[in-house]
Amino acid sequence: MLEFETGAIVLGAFLFAVGAAGVLVRRNAILIFLCIELMLNAVNLTLVAFSRSGGIEGQVLVFFVMAVAAAEAAVGLAIIISVFRHYELVDVDRVNLLKW
Amino acid sequence: MIAEFFFLLFLVMAASGAVMMVASRNPVASLMFLVLTLFAIAGLFVLLDAHFLAAVQVIVYAGAIMVLFLFVIMLLNLGHEQASDLRGLFGRGTALILGAALFAALGTALRAGGWIAAGAPRVEDAAAADPRGAVQVIADPLFRDYMVPFEVTSLLLLVAVVGAIVLARRRAP
Repeated sequence: MLEFETGAIVLGAFLFAVGAAGVLVRRNAILIFLCIELMLNAVNLTLVAFSRSGGIEGQVLVFFVMAVAAAEAAVGLAIIISVFRHYELVDVDRVNLLKW
Repeated sequence: MIAEFFFLLFLVMAASGAVMMVASRNPVASLMFLVLTLFAIAGLFVLLDAHFLAAVQVIVYAGAIMVLFLFVIMLLNLGHEQASDLRGLFGRGTALILGAALFAALGTALRAGGWIAAGAPRVEDAAAADPRGAVQVIADPLFRDYMVPFEVTSLLLLVAVVGAIVLARRRAP
């Protein structure tokens, strides 16, 4: 008999690790952004799984995470468009003016 | 029994979609795999008795945010197959090792917390047995205890809208 909470928590940890590895392995800024969204969703899944035994507050927190993720996506994509206008590329290795 | 089947199905869908998203060369294909993962997570939300969040997940995440990403990929003309943006062999190996280490660390922490033990705390279906509807269950604490954070969120969204317009605007010549 599979416990739903256990499966969801393990999947949350797995998705978070995959998202973190994706941030490291991709160079395209938009895809790094997508990996960050995946990590946010992994945390959401974990919060919902915990909220079954820990109270409904976990789901309220997921609601706020979704709102902040929407705001973050809007601003982040605007920054990517702004960078693209300037450099004509979205490769994070080559947009390195602030690196040194 | 049928719930277990769908739980396993969504589990495999979410995990394989995430892996394919990271491994796929085409940005649009990556995004579609992420949408698959988000839908699977919405299904898991339903099975975990978070019905309202499942609806919000589909509408806001898989609907609005992913369409926004798709618009930007199309706008920047990145949709076609091109030189892969994946890092070289060294970068991939490092990412694989660090990702596996992170997964192992999270698993160790959850096991230490007693969450993956065989006798994990068994929960009766509290939300399913609640006489209030799926929306009221989450609306009650949201508008009683978390009223101020909720209002601050609206301010945050306003700032994000204004900021996005300012950042992405074409500078006047």
